[in-house]
Amino acid sequence: MPTPLYLAAVVAVSTAITWGLRALPFAVLGPLRRSSVLQFLAVQMPTGIMLILALYTLRDLRPTPWTAMVPTVLALAAAIGLHLKTRNAVVSVLGATALHVLLSTFWHTG
Amino acid sequence: MRTRDFTAAAADTASVGLSLFPLGVSLGVLVAHAGLDWWWATAFTAVIYAGSLEFLLLGLVATVTPLGQIAVTALLVNMRHVFYALSFPLRQVRPLGRVYATFALTDEAYALTAGGRARGWSGARILWMQALCQAYWVGGATAGALAGALVPVTLHGLEFALTALFVVLTIDAWRDRRDLPTPLLAAASFAAAALLTPGRLLPVAMGLFTAGLLIRYALRHRRQPSKPATRQLPAPVPASASAGLER
Repeated sequence: MPTPLYLAAVVAVSTAITWGLRALPFAVLGPLRRSSVLQFLAVQMPTGIMLILALYTLRDLRPTPWTAMVPTVLALAAAIGLHLKTRNAVVSVLGATALHVLLSTFWHTG
Repeated sequence: MRTRDFTAAAADTASVGLSLFPLGVSLGVLVAHAGLDWWWATAFTAVIYAGSLEFLLLGLVATVTPLGQIAVTALLVNMRHVFYALSFPLRQVRPLGRVYATFALTDEAYALTAGGRARGWSGARILWMQALCQAYWVGGATAGALAGALVPVTLHGLEFALTALFVVLTIDAWRDRRDLPTPLLAAASFAAAALLTPGRLLPVAMGLFTAGLLIRYALRHRRQPSKPATRQLPAPVPASASAGLER
């Protein structure tokens, strides 16, 4: 169980790094604007980073009893399908999550 | 402060608030489920204020992950914020307000000002927009944590909100630039990290992905201004970074 001191340190470290990343580029904006390698990264990074984060959230998924994967697979399909259709993040996230909660609750008890 | 700026900001943020508040609620419920006091949800959302990182931190603090690894994760997950400075209209905000404006430069704040949409906005309107986004987020998380602490029922599958959020963000980013090598490179980096260093999956996968992008950049740019003299050796990654600065 994490202690309050540890949690406070986690908050402090995360805040310092996040704020630093947001503020730093304004200080060195001139050269940054002209750097074509940074512009390439700026364009290419979001898709890959988001995909890695999505995969990371699924890291504990195991196909050993294949039935355990059913709620996640169906909810993933719902998230992708809803977002391709509606382009509305609220609908896609809430819809897929609601489906997952329903399925996994039903799956566990049933 | 003028009411006009606040009203405009409220209209600007209405759609974003509809997703920030419920997501905040699910983060708050997860904080309560993790056995943390409810006010940690308020502290996380108000002080760190980086949504996807906060979701990831819940899993990391549950296993008391060392601070060094938390720092690397925060750095890699939020690296993208560096690029938001390229177009955010910070100069329209008065110097004192800039401290908050940089702190609250989230994905949503960036998205709301992207594409030159905020060119005519006053500094106050930009600051109100950011303050409202944070209010939706902190308010949602606090409400969710309080509700989660009161209702002892554990809802299975709530953590899928984070997966769904990242899937949605992947699709949105993909729509911007329909380019296949980058997501393939990301998936390969993830697979390699999962096989080689399962204990440090996230930082290693993101490191490999960034290195891969730099190599891709170097390969692409060596083809155009071809210098046969430098071709016998593969270009090291830092060299490609400085080559980019010359352009």
